[in-house]
Amino acid sequence: MEALATIARIAAEAGDAVVDPAAAKNTAAAASAGYAYGLAAIGPGIGIGIIFGKAIESMARQPEAAGMVRTTMFLGVAFTEALALIGFVAFILLKFA
Amino acid sequence: MNNLNPSVLAMRDTGPSPEAQITRDIVKRGIIAAPALIVLSSLIWGTAGAWSSAYGLGLVLCNFIIAAGLVATTARISYALMMAATMFGYILRLGLIALAVMLVRNEPWVDLLALGLTLIITHLGLLFWEMRYVSATLAFPGLKPVMENK
Repeated sequence: MEALATIARIAAEAGDAVVDPAAAKNTAAAASAGYAYGLAAIGPGIGIGIIFGKAIESMARQPEAAGMVRTTMFLGVAFTEALALIGFVAFILLKFA
Repeated sequence: MNNLNPSVLAMRDTGPSPEAQITRDIVKRGIIAAPALIVLSSLIWGTAGAWSSAYGLGLVLCNFIIAAGLVATTARISYALMMAATMFGYILRLGLIALAVMLVRNEPWVDLLALGLTLIITHLGLLFWEMRYVSATLAFPGLKPVMENK
């Protein structure tokens, strides 16, 4: 009960504090950039999973084609990763530049 | 999916690694392209741009080397491990790139715009450059006239 009262008091004090609009905007921008980077990493993660799943399936069906499959798989994974890299660079530029 | 060999998880590849060969080519081309990229960056962003571009190119090449090393090493053990290593390697390498950029972002010799653009452009550029040769190599067996044994 005492802890709840402390939390309520802190919240009331925070509510009374004057919020600097520029600081609030910066905080919102930083949070948005972080969410954007997290969202940008989801797509490539799913893509890489699909590429690998299909590559394993192909190698299991045709082991003699494993070299060719791995070559295209590696390039596909690298291209998919570029999406995550773009998301990361956008995050860095939005947050720090 | 249902016709998969049940021993697929135990499959492994003891032959030469195509990933290592691709990465070797990419690194060679990256080193070839480095002077032009650094000079271009220095013209646009000055000394900080040149250092940032060199650093970004180094990061991209290290990223390719780590990716190829992980795949080539784990493929010799089993394909299942290769898949796991690549999925976790993706997270690991993203984290390493983020760490490498965060560590230097406040340094006076770093221009974040130059560094970011170098990361994207060199990654994609080197891949497209390599893809031209890989696609030609993959297409070649189909285009090559079959020698008849007489």
